[in-house]
Amino acid sequence: MSRRVTLNLGFEGHLQPVTVVIPDDEPTPWQWGERFEIVGKPTPRVDGALKATGAARYTYDISLPGMLYGAILRSPYPHARIKSVDLSRARRLSGVRAAIRMDDTVARFAGQEVAAVAAIDYETALDALRLIKVEYEELPFVVDLDMAMMPGAVSVFENGSNVQRPTVNEHGDIKRGLAAAAAVHEAVYATPVQTHVSLEVHGSVAEWDGDELTVWSSSQGIFTVRDDLAVYFSLPHNKVRVITEYLGGGFGSKFGAKPETVIAARLAREARAPVKVMLTREGEHLATGNRPDSLQKVRLGADRGGKLTAIELVQHGSGGIGAGSGSAGPFLSLYHSPNLRTEETNVFMNTGPSSPMRAPGWPQGCFALELAMDELARKLSLDRLEFRRLNNSNPVRALEFDIGAKLFGWKEKSAAPKSSGPFKRGIGVASAAWHALGVSGPQAQVIAYRDGRVQVVIGTQDIGTGTRTILAMVAAEELGVELARIECQIGDTGYPFSVPSGGSMTTPSTTPAVRQACAHLKEKLLRLAAPVLGAEPSDLEARGGTIRVRFDPSRKMSFEDVCRRIPGDSLSAEGERVPNYEGYRKDQAGCQFAEVEVDTELGIVRVLKVVAVHDAGQIIDPLTARSQVNGGVLMGVGYALFETRRMDPQLGIMVNPTMDDYKLVGPLDVPEIDVRFVEVANGFNNTGVMGFGEPAHVATAAAIGCAVYDAIGVPVRSLPMTPDRVLAAMETKA
Amino acid sequence: MKHDEHKPPNSRSISRRSFIKGAGALAAASGLVRTPGADAGAATSSGAQEGIVERLGPDAQTIELKINGEVRRVTVEPRETLLRALRDHLNLTGTKLVCDRGACGACTVHLDGKPVTSCMILAIDARGHEITTIEKIRIKGDKTGLFGAFVEHDGAQCGFCTPGMVMSLAAALASNPKANLEDVKRAVAGNICRCGTYPHVFAAALSVARDTRGGGAGES
Repeated sequence: MSRRVTLNLGFEGHLQPVTVVIPDDEPTPWQWGERFEIVGKPTPRVDGALKATGAARYTYDISLPGMLYGAILRSPYPHARIKSVDLSRARRLSGVRAAIRMDDTVARFAGQEVAAVAAIDYETALDALRLIKVEYEELPFVVDLDMAMMPGAVSVFENGSNVQRPTVNEHGDIKRGLAAAAAVHEAVYATPVQTHVSLEVHGSVAEWDGDELTVWSSSQGIFTVRDDLAVYFSLPHNKVRVITEYLGGGFGSKFGAKPETVIAARLAREARAPVKVMLTREGEHLATGNRPDSLQKVRLGADRGGKLTAIELVQHGSGGIGAGSGSAGPFLSLYHSPNLRTEETNVFMNTGPSSPMRAPGWPQGCFALELAMDELARKLSLDRLEFRRLNNSNPVRALEFDIGAKLFGWKEKSAAPKSSGPFKRGIGVASAAWHALGVSGPQAQVIAYRDGRVQVVIGTQDIGTGTRTILAMVAAEELGVELARIECQIGDTGYPFSVPSGGSMTTPSTTPAVRQACAHLKEKLLRLAAPVLGAEPSDLEARGGTIRVRFDPSRKMSFEDVCRRIPGDSLSAEGERVPNYEGYRKDQAGCQFAEVEVDTELGIVRVLKVVAVHDAGQIIDPLTARSQVNGGVLMGVGYALFETRRMDPQLGIMVNPTMDDYKLVGPLDVPEIDVRFVEVANGFNNTGVMGFGEPAHVATAAAIGCAVYDAIGVPVRSLPMTPDRVLAAMETKA
Repeated sequence: MKHDEHKPPNSRSISRRSFIKGAGALAAASGLVRTPGADAGAATSSGAQEGIVERLGPDAQTIELKINGEVRRVTVEPRETLLRALRDHLNLTGTKLVCDRGACGACTVHLDGKPVTSCMILAIDARGHEITTIEKIRIKGDKTGLFGAFVEHDGAQCGFCTPGMVMSLAAALASNPKANLEDVKRAVAGNICRCGTYPHVFAAALSVARDTRGGGAGES
């Protein structure tokens, strides 16, 4: 059962009618130029006061009667056989209630979980860890990407090469493309390992009731945690419940049940008491994931007119004992070239496993490609923005270049003479792309109560993007009521299914389900009101807190009056996120401009200004949207200038697993940030929403890298651009 | 640019880099370099009377802490931090544990009105001081307008750094109600936010300061 609707798709000045087929019970998609009462207006988040006052309850804040505190013993060695683990002395310590060892017989990175204990307080648990006797047989190791790739390198996994099979993408003929080029640029670019540093560390509180397990987890995917635990403990899904009321950041590191969650549940089972395991900051840096590093050999060729004839990437990167270090995304999608080849190779080494991190692979690829673009533009004596315009792959980005350049003052800043003193300014621009259209799967329930309250119930979680607020706004809009009437229940696998908060997919995946549920609820409410108003339900609309006759709005009932007629206590309806329709464009564009000032004597880079212009579908809340882009930009500033996991090559351990030695962007590093959205009617779902948490982070470090090149006249081809690297690059010039 | 006038181009004389390197060595040698937080440490070493070394521990013992105007008895080991005492023993979980070594500001409380990181103070050393946590500010109502401003300007994303930010700013605005953008940045310089919410935190604080200034002149 389906119907056809015609939607105006595209963007300002480029709209065209497109007929799409949608299921019968799907509400008519919001249209370009739709007039909203709530959606699209800057709205403070509904749980803002709870967060500001410390009343929001995070996993770390959960306290249950009789709850024990867990702690984890980690391997001090990057590679070792675990010959024996003696828990007996730990078990005998007063106050200790459980002690377990992990199943692994080999530790492959310093920080791998070896054993764990639960005790009546945290200090006792730490004492108990010191009493665990582990016999290790140290093995040779490798913690450096270059060394891990060498022939004859120590194997991270038995009988296997560290260098995995490459992933190749190719079209045209790269050799011919390079031969046809008027100018070719070739260089190697390097990016560091970045760790997520969620402020709330990973952790869980686990409680058993017979064979039923309840887990409060600091997770961005409650259903994946549930599924993992069900598999681990051989339980049916309905015996495992996972709750994440509030979440102190995740950035991709908090999908699924990680070791600490399994450990909490195992300790709780052994102790017959609830157990809380929250990691130390060191454990968080070592074992919960990271963005892989990269070495990217880039070759670009262009003809005399500035058209790219060849794009080539040969990339290696290490996700430690994990995979997924590829960085080809930007090479495949930002710029056109008739000849293109990318080769991505993951390399194992004895460091903690990678996990997805805000636009996995993209910031590293974008940095290499965009700095290479600037180096080639210089050879061709082309304006760098013009060079990008010539090769740009997306019409929305063309508009974004114009908007950004004007806001940023690209022309004026380009023309400004360089200072002759030690402080040099520079500007840069870089492109972003993403594909956050959302997925089907989420389901929502919406309940109206006799007292006029409305509840939205959906098993999603708020990673910090304002999910409760956004869903409440969509519900209020659809039901024509004020925001305060809506209460959102999220973060519990007892609620209808939703997808993890990742891939910038939460809002485009959940809002259509909530809207459909509200549309179904509205039908029921209109049927209640119809006889009172003496009209057909189809002639009624819900708007302005009333149910009213569309052609005669003076005939109306308040929403509360309608709710009073609900038989029983409440009226409920369900909705689901249907598969994406055939929409406009599957790729989202964006671009960012950066201005830096480089202290050429001290090598210190300061970012002065960033202009971020991004595609968005229907923006639900411009206020929280801007927060997200600010966050993406600032994480990019840190990636460009400060952040790096440093390994000691002799000991194989991370030397900066703290927040004083691993440098994040602080308040004094914040540049002026100007955020602009270009609304694109994409037509993939009923709210027209697209996500942008990730694209906002893709281009920042690249734009800063290009700006530094502009400032000092030599490229710094390795991130982070710390003072030593800036000075070293300048030495090569002199 | 102003800096440029001080020095001719391509000068090979003393650069600021070599000057700072030299000055740093000199300062260290003359004992000018002090450990951050040394003052806070001195202020908290109460409990012992002059001339008498107080022996505590290693076992837990019951101490009294004055928290949010109320005397609370709590049984802690001498090695436990004020932060652990607040969170694990008194269930005052608004104060957050993030770095556990004074590097991020998430555990900021007020000790005698001054912002301190509670992960760097032992619970026993907080005896005899007025301890104020985010809960007090919550219960006493929003006199400063700071909470409202945080909500209005979206000063929180995941929200885990937010109570610490609020505590730092509450202290700063109490001592300097007319703070400007630079003052605000300095006030939260030790508060780290991974979500990158800083611009909206600045806006929230400035809106309060601006109200105090009577709608005065405008940083953005």
